[in-house]
Amino acid sequence: MKMVEAIVKPFKLDEVKEALTKAGVQGMTVEEVKGFGRQKGHTELYRGAEYSVDFLPKVKIQIIVPDDKAATVVQAITDAARTGKIGDGKIFVSTVEEVIRIRTGEKGPDAI
Amino acid sequence: MNPGKMLAAILSLSVVLGMFVMTGRSAAQVAPAPGTEPAKVEAPAASAAEAKKPDPGAAPAQFTQGLLEQIGGAKVAMDTMWTLIAGVLVFFMNLGFASVESGLCRAKNTVTIMAKNFIVFAASSVAFLVLGWGLMFGDGNSFFGTQGLWFVGGADNSPAMGDAYKGVYSSINWTGVPLWTKFFFQLVFAGTAATIVSGAVAERIRFGAFYIFSFLMVGLIYPITGHWIWGGGWAAKLGMFDFAGSTVVHSVGGWAALAGAIALGPRIGKYSKDGKVLPLPGHSIALATLGVFVLWFGWFGFNPGSTMAADAGAIGRIAVATNTAAAAAAIAASITAWLLLGKPDLTMILNGALAGLVAITAPCAFVSVPSSLVIGLIAGVLVVLSVLFFDKIKVDDPVGAISVHLVCGVFGTLSVGLFAQDVFTPNTTGNGLFFGGGAGLLMAQFAGVAGVGLFVFVVSLIFWKILASTMGIRVSSEEEIEGLDIGEHGNIAYPDFVSMATRGSSLMSSSVAAEATSAVRARELSKGTI
Repeated sequence: MKMVEAIVKPFKLDEVKEALTKAGVQGMTVEEVKGFGRQKGHTELYRGAEYSVDFLPKVKIQIIVPDDKAATVVQAITDAARTGKIGDGKIFVSTVEEVIRIRTGEKGPDAI
Repeated sequence: MNPGKMLAAILSLSVVLGMFVMTGRSAAQVAPAPGTEPAKVEAPAASAAEAKKPDPGAAPAQFTQGLLEQIGGAKVAMDTMWTLIAGVLVFFMNLGFASVESGLCRAKNTVTIMAKNFIVFAASSVAFLVLGWGLMFGDGNSFFGTQGLWFVGGADNSPAMGDAYKGVYSSINWTGVPLWTKFFFQLVFAGTAATIVSGAVAERIRFGAFYIFSFLMVGLIYPITGHWIWGGGWAAKLGMFDFAGSTVVHSVGGWAALAGAIALGPRIGKYSKDGKVLPLPGHSIALATLGVFVLWFGWFGFNPGSTMAADAGAIGRIAVATNTAAAAAAIAASITAWLLLGKPDLTMILNGALAGLVAITAPCAFVSVPSSLVIGLIAGVLVVLSVLFFDKIKVDDPVGAISVHLVCGVFGTLSVGLFAQDVFTPNTTGNGLFFGGGAGLLMAQFAGVAGVGLFVFVVSLIFWKILASTMGIRVSSEEEIEGLDIGEHGNIAYPDFVSMATRGSSLMSSSVAAEATSAVRARELSKGTI
């Protein structure tokens, strides 16, 4: 089983969610995060005091998928989240050791 | 700021001053002399009673006890209604202060700021009732009242005025309203002075320390200085005038606030070790804006209400002077912020409007409307420069209270000495420096400002230091970082939102402010300065 974490622009969340649902994904977890990559920030003033706006708002989506589905899901996210402009985000795929459904106690791919 | 921008600013100011010089003098000549309107009301009643034709050459009727009975107390009723309504408007300003202050501070301190602004009015109400009124308005010496000190209990036959008044609060016998109306109106002013302090000490003051200081403020400091200017004390005898309280209320609050900010020290994370000023942005500019609108609204009670009479000739003009100064100051502040800081920072514009309101508070009854425009313009520039200045000298004022109330309170008081024109409130101020009256009035204003400043600053500092060494006035650094809402009150203002302080990275919907705070805190944490 794989964990797919995607950091995308906040306004793309709905599109990505639709694309994932179409791809057969049945659940996901979403966080509001801040971050930056190679995209630079800029400085602003608040009552004369300087601060830098480096961190930009992003949304992090986390889904667990069976191994054979990982590539499809990654493609779905990429197509939905891409704008072509800087700051589109990144996707990370890692291996998950165990998945448990709390209500029933099911384990493994059945619990996804 | 580059020379080009500075030149643009100087040119704009010169154009406006030139406009004022050309229009202000001609406007002064067409201002109606107050005192003629009451005669129009009273003459018909008098002539009906005497069944005589009114003599067109007679002097306007003076208000006397006899006339009062003749017109059935209608004047007293109108005066009382106006004074009370105005007082209620000023009461509402407490909401304005609470909103501005909490809006400009971080979410984790919202409860404590609201609590301070709330309890301060309760404390003021009691302190002023118990002792404050008597010290301020009771007959006594040049420094404080000695008669009728406790619970507004002195002998009094208000609404009798002038020579007909036989009580112990002679200094306020010039207004023809009953005693409790006088008290209520003056009380809400005292409350305003006390609540000013709350802004400058925000985000690190212990609630209990502020609580106690409020009683001292309204029970002792405010009424003593108030006695000097409004209670017939030495400043009044010197010829100092402060119509609605730029000094009595605003600079008194401002000096106490300055003393508090100095005694407390700056907030954690405000000034870096290498001397940089770091922003700690407010959590709700919307709330702050609402607060300033409420304050502007309430000021229409503060200034015109200070006639404490339904003086049709004056209250409309005073209201317009008040509004004009606020508007001019907001504009001047917006331009100043735009030029100096690159963008029109709304928090500076909000401070600007308040600066104009504070500055016009002393002169509003004595100056022309064009003068109020100029006073506002200057105040708007002054407040922006002042905010930057206090950060430069490392006096941390989260909401700009010192810049708005102290600096512009002093400026407004002095501007009486510059812009006053005898024609508006005859036989009081005379003419100021710009209208041929010489420097006498200005000197009296200086004396009052200096005396009040010295007394309030020193006594406040002593009170703060005593509180600091007995109960402590500043919260611990852990509590300051967590937020005072939990530490001081056990409340959370926005329990559904995860606070910046309790989680390292943000789970809140991101805003520039939250970003800035987290970026700053992350920097500071990694550098080990907090």
